[in-house]
Amino acid sequence: MKTVLFGATRGIGRQLARQMAERGDRLFLLGRDRHELEKSAADLKARDPGGRTVGFSDCDLEHPESFSPALSAADENLSGFDSVILSAAIFATPEQLDGDPSLAQRLLEVNFTHTILFCEQARKLLLERGGGGLCVFSSVAGDRARKPTSLYGATKAGLTHYLENLDLRFRKQGLVTLCVKPGFVKTGMTEGLDVPPFAGEPDKVAADVLEAMDRGRASVYTPWIWRWIMAVITHLPRFVMRRLSF
Amino acid sequence: MRNSASRSRIAGWGRIFAPGRERRSENLERDSSGAVLCRGFGRSYGDSSLPPPGQPEVLATPPADRILAFDPATGLLRAEAGLSLREINRLFLPRGWFTPVTPGTHFVSLGGMVASDVHGKNHHRAGCFGEHVMALRMRLADGRLVECGPDREAELFWATVGGMGLTGHILEVEVPLTRVPSPWIEAESERIPNIESFIEALKTAGRDWPFTVGWIDCLSRGRAMGRGILIRGRFADPAGVPAKSPRQRRRLSVPCVCPGWLLSRWSVRLFNTLYYHGHPRRVRRRTVSPETFFYPLDRIEHWNRLYGPRGFSQFQCVLPESGGAAAARSFLELLTGRGGASFLCVIKDCGEQGRGTLSFPLRGISIALDIAVTSGTQQLIDALNERVIELGGRVYLTKDAFTRPEHFARMEPRLERFLELRRKYDAAGSIRSAQSVRLFGDPA
Repeated sequence: MKTVLFGATRGIGRQLARQMAERGDRLFLLGRDRHELEKSAADLKARDPGGRTVGFSDCDLEHPESFSPALSAADENLSGFDSVILSAAIFATPEQLDGDPSLAQRLLEVNFTHTILFCEQARKLLLERGGGGLCVFSSVAGDRARKPTSLYGATKAGLTHYLENLDLRFRKQGLVTLCVKPGFVKTGMTEGLDVPPFAGEPDKVAADVLEAMDRGRASVYTPWIWRWIMAVITHLPRFVMRRLSF
Repeated sequence: MRNSASRSRIAGWGRIFAPGRERRSENLERDSSGAVLCRGFGRSYGDSSLPPPGQPEVLATPPADRILAFDPATGLLRAEAGLSLREINRLFLPRGWFTPVTPGTHFVSLGGMVASDVHGKNHHRAGCFGEHVMALRMRLADGRLVECGPDREAELFWATVGGMGLTGHILEVEVPLTRVPSPWIEAESERIPNIESFIEALKTAGRDWPFTVGWIDCLSRGRAMGRGILIRGRFADPAGVPAKSPRQRRRLSVPCVCPGWLLSRWSVRLFNTLYYHGHPRRVRRRTVSPETFFYPLDRIEHWNRLYGPRGFSQFQCVLPESGGAAAARSFLELLTGRGGASFLCVIKDCGEQGRGTLSFPLRGISIALDIAVTSGTQQLIDALNERVIELGGRVYLTKDAFTRPEHFARMEPRLERFLELRRKYDAAGSIRSAQSVRLFGDPA
């Protein structure tokens, strides 16, 4: 595979990129911190059995004008990519959002509007060449409103909806859209939060995502148990949800 | 979903818990400013990776684990400090490279290997890990980022090698891996009847074999005192070993904390006897994976739960060569006399003292034993330490949780120099650990 990864310097994206590099996939990284991109590219080069150099380009989810040049740079470097993975996003607790109104604006733009604008560009490029894979990280938080997920959950609900639409419209034309729904995973994003039961490790979650991509699945819950946890939660009556604090 | 620093507890591998929590960092350069202490995988046994009581958050480095450069021509590796030895072995052993020095577990971070200046079964040949390190990138207490190594900022570098993370935060480590002829180990083991023969046998084996170690039954007395199994090994020649790299073995696990009586004097005696007599009389030769040879206990996840709810401590000391076998016997006599039952105790001959200001090994014999915590542990360790002082030896801080400051000062003439260097790089004493509060009189 020739894959563009947006958000692979950290967390689950980092582990996913490593597993792909180790099996010999060609990779190109997008991100906003050049210094971090350099380090991750070096890490992936060392893991690639062929020791090939991994290219990268500046791209910032806060600045949609950066998307097009970044995707062109990726296309040139890989001489035509066939899949795109987006794992970048912002998380904030309701308390953090209440304390900083500008954070709410940023979170809504980055996780929803700009994420979808990026996906639109990526899917058009992929469809032009007859399809490919588009793997985007949504969240179990988008399945049902819960007290602590707040605006984050709302953006992920919208994103899940959008990704399902892509799958319905374009699978026949060869665009395989994967909506990833991680449960709680121990990464930098969730650092400092209380760790609930069934929390996942980034490397295991990444392995699940890679398997789902390889199988052409449309959606994947990871760790797997979250599929059943969410099945219960989405069926709980609202008066129960009002009382729960998780 | 709120922070619960007030409720959380943290422990070293010995499972003696104290209040504290980890803050995991993917980006040490950003997060190390103002941190009180870095902690890798928490495999030091005692309190070296625990925060001082007044500032209960340590910076956990394992998420910062990127390889920043690897040169396939020379083996030179540079990586972030949280990279584990397990990952290094997984990636580079199949390509014919191995760490120049490995401790007895692969669940350690590069930063931790430097801070403890770890040694291994090849100490008589290769010295400690720090002797091989080419460069470190560090965050000093005043916020500066510094590159140091044996050739630049050497004073800081050698204070950091074996400096228990107290001279500054280690962010990156550069070390050359060593070429190995195959990813397999040619190993031999043999029964040794007593401590005197053991010390002789370790010396003899050390002439021909890069890796040597002994497991001794420290409940045996009299003529059989210090009997055990000597193990020696080297990386095998590619002719005559399987063409494939060894597979990672399935791990077993101790599912819960065992009751405290499980490892009693009697069960340990039974185990040690079976272990000794279970080995054939002749020399046993095998080709094994490095994982089996170097990290036998890593196969059992949570083996530290075997010692019961109060946890355990490891006591490791090194006795100078000048004392000969008599010194080792005198130490073991004290141990058996006080009823210190240890589940297999490890004996190793050490080469020259390294250049790290507080690096542990010196030329002589190192003895390491596990001690389940009871009400008598402090007195037992006090007595062992007094004997170590008489014999001119010293203890390993990475294992320690009970040594008294006055004992440590008496074993360690280099301590003054180390503390002087620490003051130079951290005048305010802002980087410290539970261990440095206990042993060096840092403010809590």
